Order: sequence, then C-alpha cells, then structure tokens
Amino acid sequence: MTVLFGIFLLTLLVITAVAIVHTRNLFVAVMLLGIFSLLIAINFFILDAADVALTEAAVGAGISTVLFLGALALTTERERLGTQHRWLSLVVVTSATLVLLYATFDKPLFGDPDAPVHQHVAPWYLEKTPEYIDIPNVVTAVLASFRGYDTLGEVFVVFTAGIGVMFLLSAHSGGPGRRKREASGIGLREHLIPRVVGRLLVPFILLFGLYVQFHGDFGPGGGFQAGALIAAAFILYALVEGEDRTLAALPQNALNALMVCGALLYGGVGLAGIVLGSSFLDYSVLSADPVAGQHLGIILIEAGVGMTVTGVLLSIFHAFAARDRI
Amino acid sequence: MMEIVLNVLSWILLSAGGVFVLIGGIGALRMPNLYTRMHAASVTDTMGAALVLLGVMLQAGLTLASIKLGAILLFLLITSPTASYALASAALLAGIKPDAGRAADETRGP
Repeated sequence: MTVLFGIFLLTLLVITAVAIVHTRNLFVAVMLLGIFSLLIAINFFILDAADVALTEAAVGAGISTVLFLGALALTTERERLGTQHRWLSLVVVTSATLVLLYATFDKPLFGDPDAPVHQHVAPWYLEKTPEYIDIPNVVTAVLASFRGYDTLGEVFVVFTAGIGVMFLLSAHSGGPGRRKREASGIGLREHLIPRVVGRLLVPFILLFGLYVQFHGDFGPGGGFQAGALIAAAFILYALVEGEDRTLAALPQNALNALMVCGALLYGGVGLAGIVLGSSFLDYSVLSADPVAGQHLGIILIEAGVGMTVTGVLLSIFHAFAARDRI
Repeated sequence: MMEIVLNVLSWILLSAGGVFVLIGGIGALRMPNLYTRMHAASVTDTMGAALVLLGVMLQAGLTLASIKLGAILLFLLITSPTASYALASAALLAGIKPDAGRAADETRGP
C-alpha cells in the first residue's frame, strides 16, 4: 500500500516537474514549484524521514515560494525565449538521462535491508546514540553531534548566501533616503479580515517555531525548520502590517547581529571543545558529565543554526522588498 | 462493539470527505471563471478537510494526536477563508469582473 502511494506521488512529481519546465509563465512556475516541494515532502514523510519532510515543507513550499514571488515582483512574469542551442541541450539531457537510468540498475532495491546505506554507519549511530548522547531523535544526534562538521558547513553556506544576496540586491539602492515609495495602498493593510487573522496567527507561529527549535532533541525539528518558521511569522506580519513596521519591530541591524552571532555561536561552541581539552565540536567536555555536555552542546548549536537561518531568510526578504521595480 | 461503531463512523466521515474533495476538484476544473472556481475549491477547504480530519480523529481516539488534528482543523477553518478573501480581492484589484454570465477571465485577454 505504501509502495503504491509512493509510486502515485512520484508520478505526480514527474508531471509537476514537466509542467514547470513547460510553462512560460513564471508565476505559474513558482506555484508549481511549491506543489513540487509539498509532494516531495509527503514522499519524505512516507519514507519515515520526518525531519527532512518538515524542512522541505517549511523551506521549499513556504519560504522559497515567498522569495521567488519577491523576485518576480521585481522582474516580469513571462519567461524570455532563448532557443539557440536547443539540439545541443537535448542531446546532453538525453545522454545524461540514459546514463542515470543505466546507473539505477546497480542500485539496491527499494527497502532492501542489505543496502549499503543501512549497513554502513547507520547501525552504529542507532546503537551508540542512547549511550553517548541519550536523546530520542537520532537524526538530531547525527546532525548536531556526530556529523557536526557538516552542519557547521551548512550554516556557513547559508550565512554566505545571505551576505551574497544582500550585496547583490543592495547594489543600487544604498545611501540615505533610498525608499521613496508611498506607504499606503500596498499589501493587505486596508483589508480588515487578513489583518485581524494575520495578527492573531503571528504569535502562534512564533510559539510553534520555538517549539520546533527546542523540541528537536525529542521529535522532528531543529534549527533549520525553526528558523524558517520564525521567518515566516515575520513575513506574514510584513504582509499584513507593511514592511516598515516589521523593520521597526526587528530592525536590519538586529537581523545582521542574528546572522553573525548564530554562526559565531556554532563556531564558538566548537572552539570551546578545543579549549577545554578535546577536539573541535566535541561537546562531551562542556560539562562534568559527558552526556549532559552533549545535551548542552546540541541545544547551543541548534540555537546558532536557528538564529542564522532566521536572520538570513528575513534579510533576503527585506532586500527583495526594498528594491524598486526594474 | 464500540470499536466497530467507531470504525464505521470514521469510514463514513472519510468517504464523505473524499467525495467533497472530488466535487471541489471537478468544480475547480469545470467552472467558467475565477470566482466560481474559487467557490468550488472552497468545498475542499471546508467540508472536505473537516470531514477527513474528523474521520482521522476518530481513528486516533483520545490521544495527543487527535488534539493536534483538532488544532490543524481550527487553523484551517480560520486561514482558508482568509486566503480566499485575499485571493478574491486581489483578483478584483487586478480587474477581473465577477460576471456569472460568461467566462470573464478568458475574455480579458493576455
């Protein structure tokens, strides 16, 4: 039954992907990308990967759609036609597809317990997590402690991406008095129903974001998902109350500080491991009891991840919103 | 005995919810213009989602899961009418006239 459902979802996924490539209307493509992310999130969920499903739904279907729409508001809705090298790209795509299809014959069957991915390090993680780290969610243990280097790298990728987007988008609009747009008539500010509902929802979304942040040790969740949710709450506030009031509530300086301090907190916890006499990103020495040290380290670095992701996503959103139409 | 009654009830709710979702889908495809299509799609948001969630709540029983499902139901009942309102007013601002007689958004031109 699960396999049937998976095949159904994957078929829908392929149809959506073809539709995304086919359409010339970029607004339609953005909406289809949101549907694509939701479908793949359900797919992750039926594969029991709840953490990844939550991330995909929050980031892929939620925040990316908003950021794409922000980009579309600056450009045009129609895709420009560029058909010089059609045959060449067709040949490249076809041969790549054939190679990939050929490669799938060497892969283990779906759900095969003898597959290398189930036999390599996964059993060790499953066996040792209760002993070394003692938290129920093994995904968080792997992500934050065993493979802490990878996550540190991801956080710095997010950080660098945020810096890059802010540099690119604020290239022309620097200097004092750059925003001359009149405040009235933009967004949903004059509509009572979305305003009331939006104001009602913002605290609950923030609360849920904090729950996802600090419940990541016990259930699906963690810094990446929580950062996306908290950013979503502020974006909703910006939609119903206007961008100026959002920037008044959480100014750009605070966002920059969040970005930097999150990355610094992660790196600092790693260095604290060295200072206290162990290796980089070893949390066991943070406390007298190694397991308590692991708990402390994981909470701190997850907080760092959440701060950086929130700061970067909101900075990108504001950078798009502050640009005048090209 | 109790279990059978609960199962039958949840089956009825789930099937009825499925029927409403199907009706909403057909309506969204077949209706002539944007406002009538939104009207058809709202069947999915309200009756469809509510019946399906109630059916799943009966399956879950009195657990934390059904409280969470209830929260989702409440959330949907608040947000989806709001989203419909925002969509309709955006369409009105974009100049699509609510004209039941003909396919308004198709005659508007590109």
